[in-house]
Amino acid sequence: MTAVAPPRDRTDRGGPSAGPRRAHRSWVSEVGWRHLVGLLAVAFSLFPILFVVSAAVNPLGTLSSTGLVPSGGISGENFANLFARTAFGRWFLNSVLVAGLASAASVFLSALAAYAFSRMRFLGRRIGLLSLLLIQMFPQFLAIVAIFLIFSTVTDLWPEIGFNTPFGLILVYLGGALGANTWLMKGFFDTLPREIDESATMDGASHAQVFFRIMLPLVTPILAVTALLSFITTINEFLVASVFLTDTEAKTLAVGMYGLIDGERNNNFGIFAAGTLLTAVPTVLLFQFLQRYIVSGLAAGAVKG
Amino acid sequence: MENREFGAGPATPVPHRGPVPPRHHAGPVTVTGLAVKVVVLGLTVGIAVWAAFPLVDAGAWAGLTLLVAATAGLCYLYLTRRYVPAKYLVPGTLFLLAFQVLPVLYTVATAFTNFGDGHRGSKQEAIVAIQTASVTQVPGSTEYALAVATTGDPATGPLVFLLTDPATGTVSVGDAGGLRQLAAEDVTVDAGGRVTAARGYTLLTIGQAGARSEEITNLAVPTAGGAIRSAGLSRAYEGKAQRTYDAGCDCIRDAESGKVWTADADLGAFVAADGERLAQGWKVGVGFQNLTRVVTDPNISGPFLRTLIWNLCFAVASAGGTFALGLLCALALHSPRVRGRTIYRVLLILPYAMPSFAMLLVWRDMFNTDFGLLNNLLGMHVDWFGNAWSARAAVLLVQLWLGFPYMFLVATGALQAIPAQLTEAASVDGASRWQSFRRITLPLLLVALSPLLIASFAYNFNNFNAIYLTTEGAPFPADNPSVGATDLLITYTYRLAFGGQGAQYGFAAAISIFIFTLVAIIAAVTFRRTRQQEEVYS
Repeated sequence: MTAVAPPRDRTDRGGPSAGPRRAHRSWVSEVGWRHLVGLLAVAFSLFPILFVVSAAVNPLGTLSSTGLVPSGGISGENFANLFARTAFGRWFLNSVLVAGLASAASVFLSALAAYAFSRMRFLGRRIGLLSLLLIQMFPQFLAIVAIFLIFSTVTDLWPEIGFNTPFGLILVYLGGALGANTWLMKGFFDTLPREIDESATMDGASHAQVFFRIMLPLVTPILAVTALLSFITTINEFLVASVFLTDTEAKTLAVGMYGLIDGERNNNFGIFAAGTLLTAVPTVLLFQFLQRYIVSGLAAGAVKG
Repeated sequence: MENREFGAGPATPVPHRGPVPPRHHAGPVTVTGLAVKVVVLGLTVGIAVWAAFPLVDAGAWAGLTLLVAATAGLCYLYLTRRYVPAKYLVPGTLFLLAFQVLPVLYTVATAFTNFGDGHRGSKQEAIVAIQTASVTQVPGSTEYALAVATTGDPATGPLVFLLTDPATGTVSVGDAGGLRQLAAEDVTVDAGGRVTAARGYTLLTIGQAGARSEEITNLAVPTAGGAIRSAGLSRAYEGKAQRTYDAGCDCIRDAESGKVWTADADLGAFVAADGERLAQGWKVGVGFQNLTRVVTDPNISGPFLRTLIWNLCFAVASAGGTFALGLLCALALHSPRVRGRTIYRVLLILPYAMPSFAMLLVWRDMFNTDFGLLNNLLGMHVDWFGNAWSARAAVLLVQLWLGFPYMFLVATGALQAIPAQLTEAASVDGASRWQSFRRITLPLLLVALSPLLIASFAYNFNNFNAIYLTTEGAPFPADNPSVGATDLLITYTYRLAFGGQGAQYGFAAAISIFIFTLVAIIAAVTFRRTRQQEEVYS
């Protein structure tokens, strides 16, 4: 997450070229307000996280006894209880499996489609792009009743990909893959000069070689960003998962931890907070792993939408 | 299903086809490419064969035809050298069709029916359910020796009754579908005639049966004159139905009171002369009734309009608020003279890395009246979610916290993409910092970021988790428990479809069509406007 520092800053403010007029500006109006805004924003962004950390190490483990700073001592009891009293380890593995597979597959599927939409001209291209935009706007979970009925049949026929399996859930998530990412990726593909793939084609590369050997390496930033966004969305997805996963062993983190705090919200709060911190670990690691692409990818995606 | 025909080895030379190669021509065939293609297609066919067996067993010939056609289509698509765009589009489109388009179409179709609790199945199913539910034990009822069994897992599998007829000693298996006789050699019975083992079934122990006693009590096996129900865990009786269907008058008649309920094909229910309806009905088409009900029924249109307005405010305030704060932070840190920018940025992005579902629940508990952090810190005892305006402010604050790091990241990236010469030129020309921000930086940023802002608006318009995991729609007005002050259309719909007052899928589906239309129109208008803007500035 530390890659945000730009290679070079190109603002005029306070730069050497800004002219003598700027030199008289006081430090407060030039830099001071920036620190003030930064500090206030950091305080805002950190205090709920501080609260979670404080709750996670609170040996009493209740909501009412938790403050902003751990006052009653520090213990790892909540973490131990989390693994001893719940199936947290299983939920964690399920979540990483579902989110990892679903985001990887969804990035691949939408990269394929984005390549076709960006580089090829074919009948129905415009309509295809527009319908992707429209379908994406239908709140997918309102179709949850239909999805439930469809998967009741699937569970009867093929229990391996039905309810209470990670694969059924992954299939449903993949249904949303094209709608969510194709536009973002197509925008990025569009920014790559056509001369690159045209010259490769002239040299005798097939369309698949152009895609896998030339285009994919060039769009790595947007692949990283899409993968990260899709991973975060999937690991946080609650509704479809709560309909699909009812067995304790099959649950994902979102479903499992919701059940934890649903009934006993005061007493289980410490355990819940410990679980929240551990749930952030895969996302933070992924951030760390993909960090050098994040800013450039987001900016490019933002520009092209 | 994927097509990876790239070659790891040297590409085979291409014969020249003319001065200009045709657009998306198939290209050369490499050995590795061919091998990958064969393996992936082989896997696809393998999966199709695996999927075919259960379809054959179930006799689902339509499904089987579809499967064979799809597999054959895929093989043809990736073996022919034509249809290059389709090779890239089909894999994602298949998932899209199966798991998004199909459910959406199904939902739209549901909006024109009365599908919901009491109107789930066919008329025949409703008749059976009514007759079965009215079964009572009468003198002279046949008594059976009962063993409870299942075809699956003892704790969750579907239940069946293994029934021994005391007069003939024959054993039958019964479930909600009816009674079916078992061959004598497949079952073992004890001295009392009770089944102790049966091929293909797992008998429940007393403990297992006790844990599922409610299901056992509710299970009724329909028979010609009534139904068989359990009396305890080892005996069952065949009772007589008090209410029976008479095909002649297309009605249900109660044997005791003589009351008659006539079938109404428009309502999908049996209605008596005094207007009383039987709870068990069936699914019928109701035309546009669900859609017009939103407008014409004052009990619905009033709350609906209020919810819609709040929904729009929520989406605009969430998208706008996060953007404003994110942009402010990005601007503040966009200067080489600010020390420690990296550490600021890392700390500002942290909320984005936290799991949002969990943090929503944490925020909910921070607002808790009795134990919450806010009341503890402020020394107050405020019921934050009890007042409409404080609850609305609270959910917006939570959205601001969850969303601004993303906007900060995006705005930082976009700021870096704006050429410094532009603002430099403005300041040389004597523009103040505010003027150069207002006239140069902000318009450029908006052009770059407006697609994201629209996406953020559309997302927040249907942000189910933001409400469901915090206020759950509260506070609710005393006179209308079905729609609360912070409810979005989507949480309102969810309550209609799955809520405690009985599921109304048809009506919920009608509202989801409304939501879809609204979001689509707003997005279409804004997209058109941003496209014009882009043309102006580029």
